[in-house]
Amino acid sequence: MRFFHTENIMAEEYNPYNPIVMDHFLNPRNMGDLEDADGIGEVGAAACGDIMKISLKISDDGKISDARFKTFGCGSAIASSSMATELVKGKTIEEALKVTNKNVVDALGGLPPVKIHCSVLAEEAIKAALDDYIKRHPEKAALVAANNHKA
Amino acid sequence: MIKVYLDHQSSTPVLPQVYEAMLPWFSEYYGNASALHEQGLRARAALNQSRKQFSEAIHSPDPESILFTSCGTEANNLAVKGTAYALQHKGKHIILSTAEHPSVENSVAFLERQGFTATRVSVNSEGFINPEDIRAAITPETILIATHYANHDIGTIQPVAQIGEIAREHKIQFFVDAAFSAGWLPINVQEMNASLLSLSPHRFYGPKGVGVLYKNRKARLSSIIHGGIQENNFRSGTENIPAIVGGGLAMELAENERETRVSRLRVLQEKLWKGLSEQISYICLNGPVPGENRHPANLNVSTEFIEGEGQLLLCNAAGIAVASGSSCVSKNLKSSLTLTVIGLDITLAQGNIIFTLGKDNTFEEIDYVVSSFAKIVERLRQMSPMWEAFQKGNISSVIPGNPK
Repeated sequence: MRFFHTENIMAEEYNPYNPIVMDHFLNPRNMGDLEDADGIGEVGAAACGDIMKISLKISDDGKISDARFKTFGCGSAIASSSMATELVKGKTIEEALKVTNKNVVDALGGLPPVKIHCSVLAEEAIKAALDDYIKRHPEKAALVAANNHKA
Repeated sequence: MIKVYLDHQSSTPVLPQVYEAMLPWFSEYYGNASALHEQGLRARAALNQSRKQFSEAIHSPDPESILFTSCGTEANNLAVKGTAYALQHKGKHIILSTAEHPSVENSVAFLERQGFTATRVSVNSEGFINPEDIRAAITPETILIATHYANHDIGTIQPVAQIGEIAREHKIQFFVDAAFSAGWLPINVQEMNASLLSLSPHRFYGPKGVGVLYKNRKARLSSIIHGGIQENNFRSGTENIPAIVGGGLAMELAENERETRVSRLRVLQEKLWKGLSEQISYICLNGPVPGENRHPANLNVSTEFIEGEGQLLLCNAAGIAVASGSSCVSKNLKSSLTLTVIGLDITLAQGNIIFTLGKDNTFEEIDYVVSSFAKIVERLRQMSPMWEAFQKGNISSVIPGNPK
């Protein structure tokens, strides 16, 4: 009788990330740029290992109608930015501002501890893109601030 | 699906004949080599046979100079710490290079926390140590010079015989970390003037679980693992006979076939670099050009504007096993020490991939790797904001000699 079965550790595939993260890395959603983006955020530095750029299209009613990303970084950085664009699409600016790195991690089914910073960068990239939009549309700033205050 | 293994630096498959040779030593001949009955004496004979195989392969003056440990890292720890503890009454200064394997670098760092001092001699942009820098670093307190034979990241082959000559002139113990070289490069411990030299059989088609330290009879060494009197009292602990038997045979086979293996590897190495440099723009080679100054198995490249972990994962998805020195791949989030000390631009260090060839890789595999890798680089560049910035002319290439 064998107590250690080799076949038990022979999975179909071995990957350092869970299947959701691998899926977003191998089949990234919303990769690219947006022509006439209403807000663009770029955060990070190559020296730190990651650069993320998020472009947003925001309709007149203040909803994010489209989002795109471009990322220089590891598998989890690409997956985090892919997931972040999915999370903010269809949300209002106020809702999108509340998207946290934890939301990204949870939606990805978890990230290894050393890769959590990738999700933080995704949150920062979303916020940077929204800030850019608000700078370009100062008339919306008061509205966002008022809503934030109410919340 | 095609599977191509190009990570022979991290480990190699055990040869079928090596595996066969190991089998009887598990359940048939299982004695402890310290015991005085038939089973024990048989194990002792196996140990001695393996010592002879290693001794002959590295031109050791006698088989008794071969000590077995559990792995290459342990052999390196024993060489560095064992020398320091044995000779601390004479001095507490150690000379090494900035591009040592972590098992040497971190052993020295450990000793520094205990009051030893160290001089780390710089390597140049191709990873070479200048032996004269070693000479200049010698003080009356120096008790050990520790260098590698071939660099584990970029394959640079060091002028170890020249360094050994300097060590001999100054009567300083000289340790050579040959863990990435043995089985591929010729080793003659007498010509190198090596007092100590380490080997790692799983890097040349032997099993894991055994390391080797050559210790010249005149070399002074303290044990760092205490217990019984195994290995002439330099390394306590029951010997791993199956691994030692397999390692010895792997060493003998590697030495017998070395020239055949190496001449084939040189062709594959050149083909791989030619293919990659022709198919991919903004790619650079780290370390010396393929040839006599570079380990024949190693090809270390950096592709610009993309990061290494993504390349590694997409290679894995295409059935290709490679390594990377990118900070995103390491658990401590630091780029490979070697890439840092050769002064490689930080973004190129991030875009690093290490291919290490083996004796059984084929021309067809190299073609597949080149075409797959070109597609992987293109795919990641399409995702990269740095590539976009470069295309728009907002940033320049940092690879010397490339169009800006």
